[in-house]
Amino acid sequence: MKFKGGIHPRYQKITAQSPTQAMPLLERYLVPVSQHLGAPGTVIVKRGEEVKRGQALTAAAGFVSAPVHAPTSGKVKAIKGFPHPFGNVQEAIEIIADGEDTWADDIEKRGDWRSMDVDTIKDVLMQAGLVGMGGATFPTHVKLSPPKEKNIDAFVLNAAECEPYLTSDHRLMLERAREIIEGVGIFMKVLGVTKGYVGIEDNKMDALAAMKAACPADLDLEFQALKTKYPQGSEKHLIYALTGRKVPSGGLPMDVGCLVQNVATALASYEAIEKGRPLIERVATVTGEGIAKPANVLFRVGTPLETVIDFCGGMTRDVGKVIFGGPMMGVGQFTLEVPLIKGTSGILCLRESEVDEFLAGPCIRCGNCVDACPMGLVPSMLGVQAERGRFADMEDYHVLDCIECGSCAYVCPSYRPLVQLFRRGKSELRQLKQKASGQPA
Amino acid sequence: MLLSTAVLAGLGLVSGLGLAIAARVFHVDVDPRQEQIADTLPGANCGGCGYAGCNDFAAAVVRGETTPDGCPVCDADSAASVALVMGLDYEQKERKVALILCQGTHERSPDRFRYNGMASCGSASLLGGGPKSCTYGCLGMGDCADACSFGAIEMTADGIAHVISDRCTGCGQCAEACPKDLIQIVPESASVHVLCSNKDKGAAAKKACSAACIGCKKCVKAAGEEHMQVETFLARVNYEDPPFDPALVDECATGAIAVVDLRKSSDRVH
Repeated sequence: MKFKGGIHPRYQKITAQSPTQAMPLLERYLVPVSQHLGAPGTVIVKRGEEVKRGQALTAAAGFVSAPVHAPTSGKVKAIKGFPHPFGNVQEAIEIIADGEDTWADDIEKRGDWRSMDVDTIKDVLMQAGLVGMGGATFPTHVKLSPPKEKNIDAFVLNAAECEPYLTSDHRLMLERAREIIEGVGIFMKVLGVTKGYVGIEDNKMDALAAMKAACPADLDLEFQALKTKYPQGSEKHLIYALTGRKVPSGGLPMDVGCLVQNVATALASYEAIEKGRPLIERVATVTGEGIAKPANVLFRVGTPLETVIDFCGGMTRDVGKVIFGGPMMGVGQFTLEVPLIKGTSGILCLRESEVDEFLAGPCIRCGNCVDACPMGLVPSMLGVQAERGRFADMEDYHVLDCIECGSCAYVCPSYRPLVQLFRRGKSELRQLKQKASGQPA
Repeated sequence: MLLSTAVLAGLGLVSGLGLAIAARVFHVDVDPRQEQIADTLPGANCGGCGYAGCNDFAAAVVRGETTPDGCPVCDADSAASVALVMGLDYEQKERKVALILCQGTHERSPDRFRYNGMASCGSASLLGGGPKSCTYGCLGMGDCADACSFGAIEMTADGIAHVISDRCTGCGQCAEACPKDLIQIVPESASVHVLCSNKDKGAAAKKACSAACIGCKKCVKAAGEEHMQVETFLARVNYEDPPFDPALVDECATGAIAVVDLRKSSDRVH
């Protein structure tokens, strides 16, 4: 099924055919304490302490939280504020590697997931620091624990990878299809569902074939080739495309009995159960015209950005912008000192000539954005409201349903920074609600 | 001709009668003092008093909820006449003005990245605190100037906001609009100010801005703890009992402390 709206940017999947390369062991890693949505963990190591690869550095603080782990064995040099990919300074643990790369003692197979009980699996995933690796970084064990009254009957594997440039999920599916499918099996067991869907955009039919071939007979998975269109990989649009169910306004996938997980999360979950390995490495696509040798890179969480760029042959001299994630929803970086984190699916280096220094004009009411919005909103109106400070009115126009995909801003002939305006509106609305409920902002 | 005149006159009579009855039936008693007070108020409806406009403030004065000098915009004469209406004694209070606690010009605190979005401090500060090196400092995009009903804030090319103090009424709308909470409403007689809001440790603050307060406490030692304090690596003037010694400027190693005469608009901050 096709959703309304959406856009067709230049997909630029230049690294689709290059096999994943593993980065060599580095001398220094920088592991931010907060790499997920929810409460940051509590640091449980001290300065000067020796740590082993895979050892927990923090303990989850509450249910919606996740620990982080040491990427290699070595010594904790510092625990203090460092630049964070979100654009501010946040607490991080600096580790100087000892070169031995010895695993912690308790890294071993946790059992066969087919015979493990559900709570144990969830606990293993929590201890392993699993978070949604598509970019939103919501703790996996929380997502796998829907409230009892929500009846989940379908699992959806998000393999759309609709962001231009990014190919890390594509490569994972080609290279590690069997392990990903095992991960899907783990999720379906935890949720107690028998029916699963796998949605892959039709620009990677080779991945679809590999995944189909890896699927065992005892798993009821429906593979579908989806139309290549942005934002096909948005949870709500993926569910609609695969099952025809529509997530209501303000609702979550669980309101229509679905639960979505990403390819990389499935793989990491399998590794956590089968090998006992916490989430300390992942694959990201290092790409763009601004990098000498674009590649899909297997890196350890905490790898400084500079070293990844060096690994890929360095940047061209006229690089104008470095983005974590894809060009549509990624976050621009202002220093190369930031580390790569669990949610880093891509590093996009754009040349100066590709970066538009635009001057936003007024809205000319052409309606392009209305046609492009996959959520059926009226971005033109919302933009004007945000600009004039009428934040309370934005709720009536359903700004909270905006998924910030950027389709509206992509088609706007006036170059209006619409997503930024909506994010401002959402933030002001949050504050208004806090004020109304009498809590301090 | 005669008929139409009669009809119109009749209609007018009936409607007039209706209005006269309605005015009686739906009459609301307004304290005459409220109207008198409202007449003396500036009528800008700025909300600086904390009420929804000048009329609401006047009603609150009549109810005894607030004092006649509660309007921050009124000059001493207006406040005195408000007090006269209420039959209260009026004691003149000191005028207060807005002060922007930042000196982070482009030169002192250069941008970390090129910002290419909405020219609004509120929007820019959502992007990792905004483009300025100092994430506590003034972003210079004028949310405060837009909020000011009196044209008392000026944005200049150096990248920060300036208060034109003789136009400032101390209503506090700018302080409300500033996403960085840089603006403080201070008594106009105060002369020595710490023009910085950076709460980072000394080294980090100095790196972010050459005129940052590094929390060294030299000024506190010289001025005395009753006049100044250091909290979270940032010196703060106690505006209840401010210091007046201009020599404090020399105590400051970074230039975060400055003498500003808020009574003269020519003595522009920074």
